[in-house]
This record gives sequence, structure tokens and C-alpha cells, in this order.
Amino acid sequence: MVPLSWYLIFAAALFSLGLFGVLSRRNAVAILLGIELMLNAVNINLAAFWRYGNVMDMAGQVFAIIVFAVAAAEVSVGLALVISVYRRRNTVVADEIDMMKW
Amino acid sequence: MTTETLIWLIPLPPVLAFFLIVLLTNKSKWLSHTVGVGAAFLSWLASMIVFFRAVSVEHLGEHPFESSINWLPTGNSWFEIGVLIDPVGAAVLFFVSITIFMIFLYSVGYHNFGQPAGDHDRAGLPPHGATVEEHGHKHVVPSVEPMYSRFFAFLGLFAFGMYVLVVSDNLLTMFVGWEIMGLCSYLLIGFWYGKESARNAAIKAFMTTRVGDVFMLLGIAFLYSATGTLTFREIFTEETLHMLAGHTTFFGMTVSGFIALLLFIGTIGKSAQWPLHVWLPDAMEGPTPVSAMIHAATMVSAGVYAVIRMFPLLTADMHGHGLTVTMSIVAFIGAFTALFAATIAVAQNDIKRVLAYSTISQLGYMIAAIGIGAYVAAAFHLITHAFFKALLFLGSGSVIHGMEHGVLHTGNHKVDPQDMYNMGGLRKKMPITFWTFLIGGFALSGFPLVTAGFWSKDEILADAFGHGHWAVFITLAVAAFLTAFYTMRQITLTFLGEPRTEEAKHAQETPWTMTTPLVVLSFFAVTYGWVGIPEHFPLLGGLVPNWFHDFVGHTLAEVPETPEFSWIPLLTSLVVALGGLTLGWLYYRNVKSVSEDKLQIPLLKNKYYFDEAYDFLFVKPAYWFAENVVYKLLDQRLIDGILHISGPTTGGIGKFVREKFDLPFINELVGDGSANVTYWFGGKLRAVQTGRVQQYLMLALVTFIVIGVALYFFVLS
Repeated sequence: MVPLSWYLIFAAALFSLGLFGVLSRRNAVAILLGIELMLNAVNINLAAFWRYGNVMDMAGQVFAIIVFAVAAAEVSVGLALVISVYRRRNTVVADEIDMMKW
Repeated sequence: MTTETLIWLIPLPPVLAFFLIVLLTNKSKWLSHTVGVGAAFLSWLASMIVFFRAVSVEHLGEHPFESSINWLPTGNSWFEIGVLIDPVGAAVLFFVSITIFMIFLYSVGYHNFGQPAGDHDRAGLPPHGATVEEHGHKHVVPSVEPMYSRFFAFLGLFAFGMYVLVVSDNLLTMFVGWEIMGLCSYLLIGFWYGKESARNAAIKAFMTTRVGDVFMLLGIAFLYSATGTLTFREIFTEETLHMLAGHTTFFGMTVSGFIALLLFIGTIGKSAQWPLHVWLPDAMEGPTPVSAMIHAATMVSAGVYAVIRMFPLLTADMHGHGLTVTMSIVAFIGAFTALFAATIAVAQNDIKRVLAYSTISQLGYMIAAIGIGAYVAAAFHLITHAFFKALLFLGSGSVIHGMEHGVLHTGNHKVDPQDMYNMGGLRKKMPITFWTFLIGGFALSGFPLVTAGFWSKDEILADAFGHGHWAVFITLAVAAFLTAFYTMRQITLTFLGEPRTEEAKHAQETPWTMTTPLVVLSFFAVTYGWVGIPEHFPLLGGLVPNWFHDFVGHTLAEVPETPEFSWIPLLTSLVVALGGLTLGWLYYRNVKSVSEDKLQIPLLKNKYYFDEAYDFLFVKPAYWFAENVVYKLLDQRLIDGILHISGPTTGGIGKFVREKFDLPFINELVGDGSANVTYWFGGKLRAVQTGRVQQYLMLALVTFIVIGVALYFFVLS
């Protein structure tokens, strides 16, 4: 059986990848993509801990499914916002969307 | 309805009328007087039913109508109030209800109901008359009183006070009724408050009676602390009286005697006895129905009634036939007042003032009678006097009214319509008033056999003579002579001879609302004497049973004995009454003007300078004290001084605290300081808010890492 640490290292790598994408990419759609990666890294962690912990306790799996649902909702809202911003300001670059500045 | 319930209800209609008139109907004169007179009628009706039921009960003295309810909790028992109608109460209720009803009716006419409103009448002043046009020419007629409704409201409250006093079975509610009347007399005497004299008279009446009332209240308090009850029937038991008579208190007097004296001082004030008599003549400033109400039917009678009620206390420490100390004082004050006031009445020219002094004198008669132990005679004279004196006052009001008519006709307002020297010959102009006034006057003088005044006065004289009180007997006989004399003087000057002024020639008879009460009252002024004819009286005695003595005499357990019949007091009263009347007529039929009147002695004219003396002794010092001590010293120096010191001191402390603490510390340091700090931090921190999502996220990451590292090194390891 593959040891737990492999899953954790993989999840951490995926999370870092996603975080780097979020912080470095200028395109808002790409930032959303990065967030998806980070969420999925978390899901991997959840699934792995469930599998290696008490299998009868379904909390890990249920939690992962809830994260899917939330991620789907978040992406749909996020993309809708991005489209809306694009229509209005004709850009999807995150740095240029600074209407909330003081 | 049981009699007891009915007695409870007697005082209610007038007080309801008072509130109705004050709150609802005061805009409508017609409604107000209907409510007032109607209430007086209801009370009269209830009183008559109670009276006739009381008369038909045998031994009412032992088993009076009484009923009481718990009122105030006093520890583990209750202070009870209730109603009581015993023979004296029933007899008093009889005359009170009739005279009150008559006075209400009379007021309708006296205040010119149905006449037009005056040309320039103002509230607070008597009506001046109104101009009307009739058949093409103008003339002046009497105008309606501007505060007509208010008058009936006050009368109602006054009647309530009197009924409460009469039906009370204890001293406390009796005192309540007593004080309600005190207030109403103040309001009614000052009814025409626009006149300064009326205002002063009202204050004088209130203050003077207050002197007596304070002593009375002391007496009540003393009685309550000594016996623990104020109910008449409980105080007047043999044990209680014996206990009260057995102890001595201040000045070596017995407790009962001292309490009786204190209560009697209340009566001195209320019944205007010397030395507190000064308010009553001035009270003539009020409208005439008020004079009748206060000076005949109710308030002054209340004083005598109270002493009659307290009679067992007076006699509690009596041994044999000798008078107790208190009784001697009572007898002295009564007899002295009777003579003293009669002498003043001889020299007065105001028709109402003569009657006022006459009232004082007659009340002195009653008080003297109580003082020598003849309380039945006193009650008898109280009732007959109430009838004929109410009659005389209402009659004099009618005369004044007729004279005012004459004054309005000639338009000469300088003529005083109350001065008897402006009258004369009115018998032809005002026949009903004349005949009823004559009956009242003769009753007052004690005209033999036919009038009520003769029988009651004769009974007092007979009692004084029969029990050997010579000084009282002689004083009262002289007073009776003077009474007859000034009464005849009044009748002669007012009604007989020829008119002395143009105004008297044009005087007019008054309307039926005023003459009806005169006729009704004159009926009683004659017939009421016949219920009290002594049994041993020659010829007439025994024809009619001496009902009054039998009835009222049973109020107390011991029926007072009637003195043996003697010719001396009878002859005396015959001589003084007839002599006084004849002399008065002989002298005054020839007197044409005031300058010919030889009896206008300054000493009498000025009422023995009592007003001046009291002014000097009490009023001036009181004013001086108020002005110099209370106002200038206490108020201006002391109180204001304290204020002037404490005000600036507080101000100084306040200023110091503000400048040294509030402004620098609280305001600048704490208040402004915190705001400044927040402002400065805000200015610095706002640079963080770039509006760039990725920077925020970066910041969050860095913070997370820093906190994580810190946790790892400082907490977990």
C-alpha cells in the first residue's frame, strides 16, 4: 500500500502549485484555476486521511463532497463576476480591477 | 328604604349638584339652578321622611337611628364613621332642611334670574342693571348675576357641609362638615370678589374662625387620646364620662371640662361669640342668601349644635346644682355676648348689620342657656331663631332688592340701598315683605303668645330664674329689652312713616321666588313656638302638649327637669318685649334723619372699637412680623444670603474643575488624544488597502507563515 506521506506530499505540491498560480498569474480566470487546484489538494488530503484513519467514520468523504459542491458554486459565481467585470471594464487583469481601493 | 340608608343619602344631592354644576352645567343658568334647587328639594324630602319617622319612634333617645361603617384602620381595630339621628339631630335636621331649601329658592329671585344681562356687569361685582327699550322709551331694570351658576354650586357644597355635620355620629366627620362650611363661607362672603371690602371680609371670616377651629381640633385630639373613640354614643356612656371627670389636667380642670372648653372655643369662632365675633358683621358683604344661610340656618347654628351635642361633657363633673368651671365660662361668654352685641345693634344703620349683631346676640342667648344647663331651651331657641332670623335676612334682602330697583329707576348710584335712613314707608310698596318682616321682627323681639321667639326666649329666662342664676337672668332680660328696641327701630325706619328718599318712593315688591320663602318661613316663625309651650303656663299650658321638651329632652339619659312655673320671668319677658317695642316705635317714628338719632353714640357706632383694637393688637403686629422678620430678615437676609453665598461658591468650584481638570485632562488628553491616535493609525494603515486581490492574498500568506513559524517555535516546542 502506498504510504500516507506520498499522498500528503503530492497534495502539498499541488497546493503550492495552485497558490503560486493564484499569486503570480494576472489573469483573473487563471487565479480561479489556481484556487481550484488548492481546493482539490485539500480534497486529496481529506480522502487520504479518511482512508488511513477510521474507515467507518464517513466524515472525511462527506467533507470532500461538500468541498466539491462549494467549489462548483464558487467557480460559477467567480466566472460570472469575471464576465461581468470584463463587460464593464474590458479587462480581466486582476491588478486593473482595483475599484475597492481607498 | 330603611331610615338609616336614607340618612346616609341626605347629604349627597347637594354635593352631587356642586360637582354637576361646576363640571357640566355651569354654562346654562337655567340648568344650574334647576340642579341646585332640585338637590335641595331632594335633601329636604329625605330629611322630612327621616324626621317624621324619628318622631313616630317611641324612646328615640335610647334607640336612635344609627349606622356606621369601618373607615380608618387603627392598629387592630377600626375607626368608625356613621350617621346618627337622635331627637336633637332630628329637630335640627327639620329646620336646617327647610331653611336651606327656602334659601335655594330665594336665590333664584335674588340673583335676578330671567332678567337681561347687564350693560357693563363684570364677574366678581354685583350686577349694575341693564337698559331695555319698552314702548319706545328706555329704562333700567335689574340685571342677572354674572356668576349665577357658581353661586348655586357654592350653596350646594355649603348645604352638604351642614347636612354632614347634622347627621354625623362622631366628632371627626362633624368637624369635616364644619370645615367644609368654613371654606364655603369664605367663598360665599367673597363671592363678589371684585369689591375690596368683600375680599377683606372673606379673609377676616376665615382667619377668625380658624382661631376657634384650631382649639377645637386640639379638643378632638385630646378627647381621642383620652378615650380612644370619637363616636358620641361611645363617649357619652356613664363609665367614660366618669373616667373623664375623675382626672384632672391643666389649670386643675377635669379632663372632661377641659376638652369641653377646647371644643367650646371652636364654637366661639363659628357662632361668632365675643371675643371672636368680629367676622360676622363684615360677612354681610356677601349676597343676602349667603347671610341667611351663614347667619341663621346653618353655620352659626352649627356652633350651638356642637355645644348641645357636647353637653354631657360639660356636665360630666357636675355635682348637685352648682355650675362647673367650664359651664360658668360658657354661661358668662353667652350672656355677655348677648348684651354686648345687642347694644351695638342699636347704633347700626345698615339693615343687614343690625341683623348680624342681633344674630350674635341671640346666639349668645343660646350659649348662655347651655351654660346654665338648659340645653333643651337652647335647642328650642336655636330652631325658632333659625326660622325667624332666616326670614329677617331674606326679608332684608328683599328690601334691599326693592331699594335697588328704586336706585336703578332714579339712576342715583350714590344712595346706599342698605342704609335704613334712606328707606321709610316701604310698607305700601312691598306689602308681603313688610308683613313677613313684621312677623319675623316680632318673633325676634319675643312678642307675647303668638310668636315662636316668645316661647323659646321665655323658656331660657324661666330656666335661668328657676335655677337661681340671677346674673344670667338679668343680663339676658336687659338684652331682650334691647332686642325688642332695635327691632322696632329697624321696622319703623324701614317700613313705617313716609319715604325719606326718592329711591324709597320707587321701590318695588320682589318676584314670587323671593316672597314665597318669606311666607313659608313666617309660618314657621309663628307656629313653631307652639310645640314648646310649658305645661304649667297659665291658660295656654296643657292645651297643646309640650312636645318639644318631651322629644328633645330624651336625647340624654337624664331628662332635664322643667323649672316650676313662676310669674317673675314671664312678667319680665312680657315687659321687656312690649316695652322695647313700644319705646322703639315711640322714639323712632319722630326721627327724620340720621342726625336726629340721639343713640348714634360713637362707642356703639364703632362696635366698641374691637376692629381697631384687633387691628392694633393682632393684624398690625402680624403684618409687621411678616414684613420685617419673615420677609426682610429671614427671607432677604438669611435665605437669600445663604443662596448668595452658596451660588457663587458652587460656581467657583465648577469653574476651577472645568479649567484645571475637564479642559486639559478629559477634553484634550482623553477625548482629543484618543481621536488623534486613531486618526494617525488610520492614516498609516490605509496604505495597506491597495484594492489588489493578490496583494491581500500575499499578505494573508505571509501572516499565516509568520504566525505558523511563531507557533512552532514558541508554543509547540
